[in-house]
Amino acid sequence: MDIKVLGPGCAKCEKTEKIIKEAVAESGVAASVEKVTDVMEIAGYGVFGTPAVVVDGDVKCVGKIPKKADVLGWIQ
Amino acid sequence: MSETISMTPSGQTVNDTIESEEPSLIDWRDMWKPLAWIVGGFLLFFFLPVDSGRFTGAVIESLALAKWYAQEHVLLCLVPAFFIAGGVGVFVSQGSVMKYLGAGASKVLSYGVASVSGSVLAVCSCTVLPLFAGIWKRGAGLGPAIAFLYSGPAINVLAIILTARILGPDIGAARAVGAVVFSVVIGLFMHLMFRREEEAKAASAMYMPTPEVERPLWQTTLLFVAMVGLLVSATWGKPAQAGGFWSAVFAVKWLLAGGFALLLGVLMVRWMHVKLYKLVLAGVAVLVPALVVPQYPLIAFSVGLIAFTTLLTTTRGETESWFTASWDFAKQIMPLLLAGVLVAGLLLGRPGSEGLIPSGWISSLVGGNSLWANLFASVVGAFMYFATLTEVPILQGLIGAGMGKGPALALLLAGPALSLPNMLVIRSVLGTKKTVAFVALVVVMATISGLIFGGLVTR
Repeated sequence: MDIKVLGPGCAKCEKTEKIIKEAVAESGVAASVEKVTDVMEIAGYGVFGTPAVVVDGDVKCVGKIPKKADVLGWIQ
Repeated sequence: MSETISMTPSGQTVNDTIESEEPSLIDWRDMWKPLAWIVGGFLLFFFLPVDSGRFTGAVIESLALAKWYAQEHVLLCLVPAFFIAGGVGVFVSQGSVMKYLGAGASKVLSYGVASVSGSVLAVCSCTVLPLFAGIWKRGAGLGPAIAFLYSGPAINVLAIILTARILGPDIGAARAVGAVVFSVVIGLFMHLMFRREEEAKAASAMYMPTPEVERPLWQTTLLFVAMVGLLVSATWGKPAQAGGFWSAVFAVKWLLAGGFALLLGVLMVRWMHVKLYKLVLAGVAVLVPALVVPQYPLIAFSVGLIAFTTLLTTTRGETESWFTASWDFAKQIMPLLLAGVLVAGLLLGRPGSEGLIPSGWISSLVGGNSLWANLFASVVGAFMYFATLTEVPILQGLIGAGMGKGPALALLLAGPALSLPNMLVIRSVLGTKKTVAFVALVVVMATISGLIFGGLVTR
């Protein structure tokens, strides 16, 4: 599974990345977590607002820090 | 190794061998940073000019300015403004604004929305650039994207409130209006200049942020009316001459503030699941100091802020998001603002007195309203980095030291939207040519509007 956290590097984006990594570790799912900080690449996903989370090419959440329970739902 | 030792007659050579072959225990890569701080601090204090009257005066000025901010602006203005900005982030549906900046939006409408939506969308500086890139590549195109990029940092709620409060309502209003007009003009210019280069838009799905709670527009509006009304009436200044509307409002400002606070409380009970008994308790807690020590309204106001925070944090749901968003602003901005006030006080002093920099220099560079003064202020503002809101105390110092109002506005219009680090980031998105055009447009427009505003004010 391929998870991308989109965000230029503000506090909220870092928090999102932390939550995702915790959720991945908790679920035991084999997944790569990548942080995307390049602004044009973020725009390339059609995402208006950061932080955003993309799981296997699907945009799951835009403009807010996701809850861990939601993240577990996306990756399981 | 042992062979080397046995072959050398003297201990000197053994040490030489070890020195060259074994890694040192001292790791300079970890050490140089703290060491530089220590040496820097030492040199600073070694040469600290405590005997110089100008220096000690500037230190006192800096502390006095910080005290004035703490007494006059933190409780009544800054803390309520944080709650308003946090509320904007939580209650205003960004998706509903963004649909006017999408690919299918009408051109005229998209410029208008882009120029004012910075106050709503750009409350967090880290969202500006992705939004800008999104509007450019996926949405309404270069013009509206540039309009948004320019107006965003200039007209966010906190900046306008603090500018109007400290530098005066005329500059506050000129900043807001100037930023909106500018952003449309600069966006249109950029669109015309680079019309040929605009590539076809990638037609694909767009993902907008979803609001936590959908609320009818009139409800959101009423919430902000209550909050802004509370802020405005609490900070209502004593008018210069008695009589008339302004002093009539001043006489009842605490009654008005209490009324708006009551309205806000009732709205929170109706729409945000705040328990009625908690609101009644909060009301009693505020009324006690308001009636017992009415000569110190700050006590009742502080109790009110604490009670309000308690209502937010003890209710589950969006009130928690509201509190968290406000807290994020406060945590991010307060340290920067304190540092900005201290540095501005040290260098420039309070209005009417001097800091380290002689007032004569300031007034000779940016005094009056000449073309040169306005241009200088615009260029300095464009390249200098202002941490969020610190442009306000710095400008206050500069105006106190003799800066004209026109150059002050020029600096405000060119300053927060641009800085050298920010230009480099914009360049990575737009490319060199468009970035240079953008910066040049901002500097020229800021100079012109400084000239116009300075002419209007001094007349």
